Amino acid sequence: MAPQTLFDKIWDSHVVHEEADGTTLLYIDRHLVHEVTSPQAFEGLRLAGRRPCRPMATLAVPDHNVPTTDRALGIPDPLSRLQVQTLQRHCTEFGIPVFAMDDVRQGIVHVIGPEQGLTLPGMTIVCGDSHTSTHGAFGALAFGIGTSEVEHVLATQCLIQKRPHTMQIRVEGHVSPHCSPKDMILAIIGHLGTSGGTGYVVEYTGDAVRSLSMEGRMTLCNMSIEAGARAGMIAPDETTFSYVRGRPMAPAEDLWAQAVAHWQGLQTDPGATYDRVVTVNGEDVSPQVTWGTNPGMVTGVDGTVPDPDSYADAEMQESTERALIYMALTPGTPIVDIKIDRVFIGSCTNSRIEDLREAASYFKGRMVAPGVHAMVVPGSGLVKQQAEEEGLDAVFRAAGAEWRESGCSMCLAMNADILQPGERCASTSNRNFEGRQGKGGRTHLVSPAMAAAAAIAGRFVDIRHWS
Amino acid sequence: MIAFTTHTGRVATLDRVNVDTDQIIPKQYLKTIHRTGLKEGLFADWRRLPDGSPDPDFFMNQPRYADATILLTRENFGCGSSREHAPWALLDYGIRSILAPSFADIFYNNCLQNGILPIVLTAQDVQTLFDYVGANPQGHLTIDLPSQTVSTPQESTFSFSIDAFRKDFLLHGLDSIGLTLQREQDIEHYVARRKQEVPWLFQDLCS
Repeated sequence: MAPQTLFDKIWDSHVVHEEADGTTLLYIDRHLVHEVTSPQAFEGLRLAGRRPCRPMATLAVPDHNVPTTDRALGIPDPLSRLQVQTLQRHCTEFGIPVFAMDDVRQGIVHVIGPEQGLTLPGMTIVCGDSHTSTHGAFGALAFGIGTSEVEHVLATQCLIQKRPHTMQIRVEGHVSPHCSPKDMILAIIGHLGTSGGTGYVVEYTGDAVRSLSMEGRMTLCNMSIEAGARAGMIAPDETTFSYVRGRPMAPAEDLWAQAVAHWQGLQTDPGATYDRVVTVNGEDVSPQVTWGTNPGMVTGVDGTVPDPDSYADAEMQESTERALIYMALTPGTPIVDIKIDRVFIGSCTNSRIEDLREAASYFKGRMVAPGVHAMVVPGSGLVKQQAEEEGLDAVFRAAGAEWRESGCSMCLAMNADILQPGERCASTSNRNFEGRQGKGGRTHLVSPAMAAAAAIAGRFVDIRHWS
Repeated sequence: MIAFTTHTGRVATLDRVNVDTDQIIPKQYLKTIHRTGLKEGLFADWRRLPDGSPDPDFFMNQPRYADATILLTRENFGCGSSREHAPWALLDYGIRSILAPSFADIFYNNCLQNGILPIVLTAQDVQTLFDYVGANPQGHLTIDLPSQTVSTPQESTFSFSIDAFRKDFLLHGLDSIGLTLQREQDIEHYVARRKQEVPWLFQDLCS
């Protein structure tokens, strides 16, 4: 048999049927559902008189609209409340497991899947959410879909797909201790641009990737979509197996041994080829800060705000100009001179325990700068519990930062956590689009360490020189 | 789903690259549990100036584009969030086809699920069409899916490609779930085989 990539192996093992033009009916192993992109799918099922094909292969959780303040008070916003209630009602009606808002296991859908052991190597996983690429960290094929496709998966446990191209992104060497997986992925997006990955599934390889923890790998795969790639993946190894082992929804006992034996074969074969190969040198990655209105508009913290005229391409000049007006930034300004008003530590990119530990190491014994409002939002109720057992909440509170309940929160500001017009935020989330965190809000994407340091200094700082 | 065969309509232009779905429909409009009535949210932040008044430069506020059904735009249209509310809002506003040099993958699929035809043309053809619309603000384009062409009344014609399966699907306005359910036997065979090979993938998720 010809050598295959990791992607080829997973794709081929999920083909139910293939049309003459290559259109494929692909089997979906796991389906995650949240309240924003599912109501119309359930309604569609009901109107067509259909039932979910495998309700017990599906897990639902409300995350986008949930308040991060006292849950006992319910959801004050009537529209948000209705959306969360609708999810609950649909799950009851169709027999789908759901982690309700007051369940300690509730959290951001891409945090709880791996946390529960739902996410496993070799699987196909979908969710009506573009950051489903996160789960690729386990060597799964995981991608975001629209609501019509959510309905399709509910009804058939399959999707009609066209085989994507493959891209290898190899990060060689090692990144410096002050650089995180977030810096790695932002640097990659800066290199590829926001559409460089369109039509591809990315496999991340190389020593710098292999040495990452599972949480770091999730951060890396999470933002694949910001380069346009629907999925990013990393071949499973001992790091993966030891993370998955013993989790509530992971296989146990005899099945565990059988599964691991199978997963060990989920590697790209020697001699297999990708449609595109990109190589990044880990040593070249510095702490990253976005300056514009898409994640590709990024530079090192030791850089400056670019001059639109420095780009040869007219469209790039124009979009840079537009971005700088929105961001109220002047070309040539050193990144470290940019002052901030708000700090958001959270989101499916950076809200796991390692992210919180990293942030807390900067907050410890220090105070948030006067005039800066900082908020830490754990990715799940269990992450929150773990952080509190470790005393991280006390560190954040003592520094003057707010410690909240779990959810998507100000990553997209569908709940009450929102930037006011003109406010500038250092954010560990994944999108700096116009208005993303609130109309007129200005988002700079950074790592948890960079966000914490910015909270204390009131401006961006090069954490390589932090003391 | 509504079918798409041929369509003639007026063209609105949005001359920006990397238009993300957060702009097409901002998050405050995603709290709905319905898929209709979303045009209220279409480009809600871009169509208004900071003081809330309509931005006269934005296509939705220009009388000449009032009944546009075709949107002409630039690279990587629809990037970012997977929200299907974006094509729902465009459809609710009356857009049936979008012409651009490239689209984000999820958005492209979401359009096809709703009877909107996303057409990829070369950057040069897109520029030619921008010039045409600039010179002929009342100009119409005709999109012919069977022959995979876009043409101006002066009969300049531009070809585009689309997968045979997707084309057939749009031409007949097929129910994709219904199509997949016709493969029920294939699915059953697949599941039976996989249950032997990888039984852990078929464990129920507990609640």
